[in-house]
Amino acid sequence: MLSKRIIACLDVRNGQVVKGVNFEGLRSAGDPAELARRYNLEGIDELVILDITATLEQRRALADTISRVARELFIPLAVGGGIRTEADAAAAVEAGADKVSLNTAALSNPALITTLARRYGSQAVVVAIDAKLAGDGFSVYARSGQTAAGRDAVEWAREAESRGAGEILLTSIDRDGTKIGFDCPMTAAVSQAVSIPVIASGGAGSLDDFVEVFTTGSADAALAASVFHYAETSVRGLKQHLRQRGIPVRL
Amino acid sequence: MIALIDYKAGNLTSVRKAFAAIGAELYDPASPADLERAAAIVVPGVGHFSATAALDGAWAEAIRARVADGRPLLGICLGLQWLFAGSEEAPGCPGLGLLAGTCYRLKGSGIKVPHVGWNSLAIDAGRSGGGGEDTAPIAAGVAHGSQVYFTHSFAAPVTADTVAVTEHGEPFAAIVQRGHIAGVQFHPEKSGDVGLRILRNFLQLGK
Repeated sequence: MLSKRIIACLDVRNGQVVKGVNFEGLRSAGDPAELARRYNLEGIDELVILDITATLEQRRALADTISRVARELFIPLAVGGGIRTEADAAAAVEAGADKVSLNTAALSNPALITTLARRYGSQAVVVAIDAKLAGDGFSVYARSGQTAAGRDAVEWAREAESRGAGEILLTSIDRDGTKIGFDCPMTAAVSQAVSIPVIASGGAGSLDDFVEVFTTGSADAALAASVFHYAETSVRGLKQHLRQRGIPVRL
Repeated sequence: MIALIDYKAGNLTSVRKAFAAIGAELYDPASPADLERAAAIVVPGVGHFSATAALDGAWAEAIRARVADGRPLLGICLGLQWLFAGSEEAPGCPGLGLLAGTCYRLKGSGIKVPHVGWNSLAIDAGRSGGGGEDTAPIAAGVAHGSQVYFTHSFAAPVTADTVAVTEHGEPFAAIVQRGHIAGVQFHPEKSGDVGLRILRNFLQLGK
C-alpha cells in the first residue's frame, strides 16, 4: 500500500535554515546539510529546500546548499523559491534537485509548468499554492503571501494539473508556523479536485494534526518545518504514531 | 565501466550520484558503437513511453548485441518498461522485447495516478526471476516489505520474470530479472539504502 509521506521543509536564507510564523518573524534553525542528515537518519521520506528570499546572489549560494544536501541523500529532494525561468529550474536540477517547485512564476506564467514538465517530466514539477480562507473558497497569494493572485486554490490546482504539474504543495497562510493544525477543509477540497498527489503544509503542531490531515484532509503527504527543526517531534516518533492510527507509513 | 544511456528522458544527476556512491564508474556512450566497451548497461528514464523512440534502431540493436554477449542490463522506471514488448501508452512504439508482456496504465478505485511515493515490495521467494534460485540476485538482501520510491503512471505486468510485486490499485512488477537482464520500476537512486543495495546487486550480475 502506498505510504503517506512525511516531508521536512528547510526554509533557507543566506545558507541557513530559518523559520517564521505566518510567513514573518524569521529565526535561525541551523545548517541545512546537517538538518537534512538528521532527518534522513530519522526516516524522513522527502526534503524540500525553499529559498525564501531568492535574490540573484543568494540563488547562486543556494546551488551550493542544494549540492551539499544532495551529495549524501538518496531520497527525493525538491527545491523552490525564486524559480522564475527554465534556466533557474535547470540550475536547481543540475545542482541535484529531483523536483522544482513553482509558485509565483507559475501564476504569472503558467506555460512554464508545461515547459518544465516536457523537459524533465511531470514528476519533477511541483506547483506550490499558498492560500487562505476567503468566504466560501480559498484565495491564492503570490510573492510569499504578499499579493493576492485573484485565483481560487481549487480552480488553480486543477489548471496546474492540466498544464503538467506532477504534485501540488498546498500551504495554508493562515496556519503557517502556528502549530494549531493543518487546514483540513482546504486540503480535502484540493485533493479531491485533482488526481495528482497533494502535499499539505502549514500548521503542523501535534502528532494528531498529521493523523487529521491524512484522514479528513485526504492529503497524500504532509510537510512540516518548525516541529522537526526544534526537535519537538521526531520523524520516527511521528511515523510510529501514524502507524498505530492505521495510516500507512514507511518505517 | 558502465554505460548510462542518456536519451533525454529526464534528469540523470541522481542516478549518476547513486552509482558514484557505490563506487561504480559510469560513462555516456556517444554512439551505439561506443557500447562495445560497456561492462554493463543502464537504461534509466522517466516520462512518456514515446521518449524511448530515441532508442529504436541502432541503439536497440547495439544493446541487444551486448546483452547477447552476456553484459548485464538494468532498466530503471521507463527503462524497465522498455525491456517489455511495448506499452499501451504509445502503441506504435515498440519496446526492446527482451521480456514478454505489454505495459499498461495503473487503475483501481480510490487510487491516484500517477503513483507517487514510497510503497512496499512483496518479494516472493518462489519468484526466482527465471534464475531458479530462491531469491533473484537483483533482490539479494532486500527484505520482504522494504519500501522504495515510485513515480509513474504505467507499469509492467506480473509475469514469470517478476521478482517483486507492488500494489497500487492492482499488482504490478516492481522488480524483474531474467538472467543478466534486470529492471526496477521504482527509483533506486531515490530509495535510500534499499535502492543502493539493489544497484550493488546489479554490479554483481556480470561477475
